[in-house]
Amino acid sequence: MEKLSRRKLLIGGSAGAALPVLHQLVPHAGLHDAIDGANAAEQGHGGPSHGGADAVHGGGNAGPTFRPGAAVDHAANGFNPTQLLREFDWGRTRRLPSGRILREWTLVAGDKEIEVAPGVKYAAWTYNARVPGPTLRCREGELLRIRFVNGSEHPHTIHFHGLHPAEMDGVPGVGAGLIETGGETTYEFDAEPFGLHLYHCHAGPLAEHIARGLYGAFIIDPKQGRPEADEMVMAMNGFNTNFDAEGNQVYAVNTVAFHYVNEPIAVERDAPVRIYLVNILEYDPINSFHIHGNFFNHFPTGTSLTPIEFTDTIMQGQAQRAVLEMCFPHAGDFMFHAHKTEFAELGWMGFFRVGGHQRASVPAAFCDLGDPGRVLG
Amino acid sequence: MEASSPSAPRGGPIASAPVWVLAALPLALIAAAFAAFALLGGPGLDDRRGPPVEELAVERTVLRPGEIELTLRNTGPDPVSVAQVAVADAYVSFEAEPGGEIGRLEEQKLTLDYPWQEGSPYAVFLLTSTGATIDHEIDAAVETPEAGAGFFGLMAVLGTYVGVIPVLLGMLFLPLLRSVADRWIQLFLALTIGLLAFLALDGYLEGTEIGAASGGAFGGVELLFLGAALAFLALTAVDRKLKSGLERQRDSGASAFRLSLMVAIGIGLHNLGEGLAIGSAYAVGSLALGAFLVIGFALHNTTEGLAIVAPLAKGGRPPVSRLLLLGVVAGAPAILGAVIGASVYNQELATLLIGVGVGAIIQVIAQLLPSIRDSQGRALHPLSIAGIVAGALIMYATGLLISV
Repeated sequence: MEKLSRRKLLIGGSAGAALPVLHQLVPHAGLHDAIDGANAAEQGHGGPSHGGADAVHGGGNAGPTFRPGAAVDHAANGFNPTQLLREFDWGRTRRLPSGRILREWTLVAGDKEIEVAPGVKYAAWTYNARVPGPTLRCREGELLRIRFVNGSEHPHTIHFHGLHPAEMDGVPGVGAGLIETGGETTYEFDAEPFGLHLYHCHAGPLAEHIARGLYGAFIIDPKQGRPEADEMVMAMNGFNTNFDAEGNQVYAVNTVAFHYVNEPIAVERDAPVRIYLVNILEYDPINSFHIHGNFFNHFPTGTSLTPIEFTDTIMQGQAQRAVLEMCFPHAGDFMFHAHKTEFAELGWMGFFRVGGHQRASVPAAFCDLGDPGRVLG
Repeated sequence: MEASSPSAPRGGPIASAPVWVLAALPLALIAAAFAAFALLGGPGLDDRRGPPVEELAVERTVLRPGEIELTLRNTGPDPVSVAQVAVADAYVSFEAEPGGEIGRLEEQKLTLDYPWQEGSPYAVFLLTSTGATIDHEIDAAVETPEAGAGFFGLMAVLGTYVGVIPVLLGMLFLPLLRSVADRWIQLFLALTIGLLAFLALDGYLEGTEIGAASGGAFGGVELLFLGAALAFLALTAVDRKLKSGLERQRDSGASAFRLSLMVAIGIGLHNLGEGLAIGSAYAVGSLALGAFLVIGFALHNTTEGLAIVAPLAKGGRPPVSRLLLLGVVAGAPAILGAVIGASVYNQELATLLIGVGVGAIIQVIAQLLPSIRDSQGRALHPLSIAGIVAGALIMYATGLLISV
């Protein structure tokens, strides 16, 4: 079996198809040899990181994968999960006479067909023509103003998680209520409390309005900020492509299934990494996040700067979220995926590609993230 | 007809045209109307409302180590593109032949790279380009037999065991039949009708079940009726032909042999369907090969042998070669059925062939009915009723021994 799938893949590769597999089998080795000349000899006789990575894409016993040769057209989608991962929308700011910062965004709802897996189209509803919507980021205590324009054929709202007056809650029948097609409103409230929050449409049917793609991460930084890190946003989502409201057919982080398998997330060894993780999956009660060859500090909802746990796997119910902080002690390819493995095999799976030199063992203090308590003062 | 009749003055110049013109003219006009309709895209009709209707039937599933091969047919009105395939809730790598979109009634073969485990059930879903899902169940994964010499040999042995040998054994009752009084012959013929009626009902029930489940492009249960009607009419035609041929010889045994041959043909067509069921069950691994199966079929089909020789109870002694011919006609189709069932099985073909068996048996029953009439011309009298009931009960009881 193993032999058969490898042979097939190699034939596919020689035909010049942009196979993720080939990417893993061939350039990967070259890349690492180039980066890590000192360890080239060790890589040559089969470093452990290589065995893991190329095996994942083979199909059959080597794990789930999509049909060879097919790829999602990110240009047609208008967004690429690789870019989306590190995109934070800080909006426009100006200082009010009181000295306070006013931060403003415009979000436009629309209807857009997106490709969620190679060759599979999904009739999404979007904020600013992307799924998830832009990651809105601000600082604790600022005044926030979000202008919402409904360019969709359906009525929508924006409901923010956070502290705000009732009329700014973005639910039908309260304040501006439902915003009809062509209508608009402005939500205004204070940025509190700090942490990792969420915004989503609250029109009915609620499950559908969320599942169709009307959601995004909403980050309120603590006044003093968080320690410097390579930051990224991961919205764990899924698509019930046949609209039967029973589970999903496609699972992903940031919309495109297996995207980070095909384009691993490049990070540096020993460098602090911070993941803003949001579970916005509908039609399934839980989701989970697991990382290979590493552990992370878990800050649920990001509302405290003291982690509750040092772990490699967490579970989240719908709309739960967490800040995860970690460093990678080893170079190489490390998988991350839902440890609800059914989701993993239906698309919610990816790789970190950790650059830098290999080393034989992990130093005692492998990750210098700084002491969260110290930062808080 | 009417046009050439002098008593039909209506029609004018058209009616006096040659016959071929009268045939060709409407055909040409019909063709022109269809062409115009197609070219204009159905004037006055809008496109269908709503999303495309995507339907795929999985016509055949072949399992090889590490591979699942699905033969798909588009049974819906719109083209379908299979974008991805998941087995047991995991996306798999696969190859499609031919690639691309599947047009209406077109076929595509998918070869899935999946390490299936023997005996496990698998739920497969095909995810189309629109996000629709088409489900396919594999009840229990078993490697599909390769169509080699050994395989055909096994099917031939199986068909011989369950078809030819039991029928020939059943025909050994002929000397008994020939030694009993006429009245008892009628009982045996009634018994035969009971046996056949049970087989017809059995085939009908099985055919409707398979036909309803097929969901194929070429129809479901209607194929059962189509097969039955074709077989009935074809056998009636064969029977008329035999009747006119044999009766010219003024041979008293010829008429009895004709009836026997008709019974043998009917049972043979029924055994084709039976072989089909055995072969397909073998192919999907759900057939427990062994003594029990063979004994069960032997008991069941021995009664069929009895049915074949019942019409020969009176008249001249038939030569052994003729008896062997009757046995082969009735039993050998089981071999053919087993080979078809295990190699090219699909539900639509099975429904059609089972229908053929049902139609054939009904025709044979119609043939036999006159021979059980009593002096007053009644087909149902105490003796025949006893025979029919006994026959049905024998089939029911021996049928319990076999379940494929």
